[in-house]
Amino acid sequence: MSAEPSRPGAEAIAAKGWLAAHKWLLLRRTSQFGILLLFLLGPWFGLWIVKGNLSFSYTLNVLPLTDPYVILQSLLARQVPEKLALTGVAIIVLFYLLVGGRSYCSWVCPVNLLTDFAYWLRVRLGIKGSAHISRPTRYWMLGMTLAVAALTGSIAWEMVNPVSMMHRGLVFGLGLAWAVLLAVFLFDLFVMRHGWCGHLCPVGAFYSLVGKLSLTRIRLPARAACNDCMDCFAVCPEPQVIRPALKAIGGTPPLILEANCTNCGRCIDVCSKDVFAFGTRFNTTAVPVANVAQAAPK
Amino acid sequence: MDNETKPSAAARRQFLADTARMACGVGLLGLGVGLYARHARALPPAAIRPPGALPETEFSAACIRCGLCVRDCPFNILHLAKPEEPLSTGTPYFVARQLPCEMCEDIPCVKACPTGALDHSLKDINKSKMGLAVLVDHETCLNFLGLRCDICYRICPVIDKAITLDPQTNARTGKHTLFIPTVHSDQCTGCGKCEKACPTEVAAIKVFPLYMAKGQLSAHYRLGWVEKEKAGGSLVAPDIEHRYNMPEGMKYESGKGLSPSAPPDAPPAGGPPGSASGLPKAFQGGKL
Repeated sequence: MSAEPSRPGAEAIAAKGWLAAHKWLLLRRTSQFGILLLFLLGPWFGLWIVKGNLSFSYTLNVLPLTDPYVILQSLLARQVPEKLALTGVAIIVLFYLLVGGRSYCSWVCPVNLLTDFAYWLRVRLGIKGSAHISRPTRYWMLGMTLAVAALTGSIAWEMVNPVSMMHRGLVFGLGLAWAVLLAVFLFDLFVMRHGWCGHLCPVGAFYSLVGKLSLTRIRLPARAACNDCMDCFAVCPEPQVIRPALKAIGGTPPLILEANCTNCGRCIDVCSKDVFAFGTRFNTTAVPVANVAQAAPK
Repeated sequence: MDNETKPSAAARRQFLADTARMACGVGLLGLGVGLYARHARALPPAAIRPPGALPETEFSAACIRCGLCVRDCPFNILHLAKPEEPLSTGTPYFVARQLPCEMCEDIPCVKACPTGALDHSLKDINKSKMGLAVLVDHETCLNFLGLRCDICYRICPVIDKAITLDPQTNARTGKHTLFIPTVHSDQCTGCGKCEKACPTEVAAIKVFPLYMAKGQLSAHYRLGWVEKEKAGGSLVAPDIEHRYNMPEGMKYESGKGLSPSAPPDAPPAGGPPGSASGLPKAFQGGKL
């Protein structure tokens, strides 16, 4: 061990090897870039597997996928969409009910690449200060965007939404949208830790509501083996979701049921004791301490 | 009791302060977004929506900016508005002077729209109303100058209906005819081919969004000739036959002008006895 404080995950790399300690991160980046590439195959190479953008896409002219949040704004602005868009909403809602609401944020959304990079740089540059805005601000933002849609009778938020702006920009031409994205990046880097995705984004807030009921969750079958290294807290974009399940506060089962867990799986990667695992919300089994002790270090 | 109420009162105050702070901050942001959206509702004159687009207020509520219409346009004329462009970010439009609508018979852009922001009830592209062509510049239109350019007339997909050439006397030469391109709003689809094809440096005929291009008569206006046709005859029955109303005792002859008429039973010239002169009665006052 060096005198310098080691970076989060160092212990896990030592225990499991680099690849195993980055498994979910690599899978997640593959998913994010893969989805982006699918959208770009058309405009770049003329391979039209997927048309459209994250607001609505049509895959192979059979699979409609619609952003339910945009349709909700449209409905509040008193426009009922055609069946195709509504079918897409049903598919997306069912999908995220299965895989976890805010999985959208960590596995699909392109802004996550930007804000993750900002956070990585923030840590690297040792930027400490952070403005304080409470995490529930995002629900106020969500309410505001819906209210504006109802009051103006238009999908007003989509004119400025950095999330749809980034994806639409990458697929259809960015224009000055880069300035908005740069603003989000700089905000996360200098003004506020996990600022946009963790505190403000109404898209994430919307998906977290879907996530309240979703099936796939992070389990903590080996929470008894936790050695309080704090690495999971250091890498988690929503660290407040971990504590109740990890420390069994108020009899919480070994399961992260908090709606704002993004199912990114980074906690699984960085834990040298293999406390975390993906599972379903109904699986509350925990491995007894004795077994953990045998299973942990090789 | 006291120990319980004191912290809860402080907590309540804290909660109210936090809530007010949040509501004001987010509310301000919402106000900005709302005002921005309101401004973006006036479509700029050069931006034409794809065929079947709902009226702008409904369109801004129905279009989810997915770009499927852009993708399915075989001529790639459509763009999604970028944030710096003066219409609602991400919504589709085309600029007629660059690439006009090619008026596909199967209207693929409308079919592609998943929300109905492009109205699926539009089945005949000739019935679309993307905008309205207006001959804006009478000073540079070649036909107005007396030439037989006629390009807008000939390129029009609804030829001889949306644009007709209406003959007028050329007052400058006194002996030629001007063939004035005249747009008929009931037939014009707003495809923009005329604007694209206009050969002058800046187009003399342009397509504008309907709200800009079309006037409207007040509701109480009636066109006499239309009403007459509807009624199958004159509404001021019976039609009075036209006649000249001459002063009494006068007649009018072409080339000669007014002259005293000589009715068969009139007294000989010199006037009736007692009259001051030979003037007819009407000119002697009293009756006027």
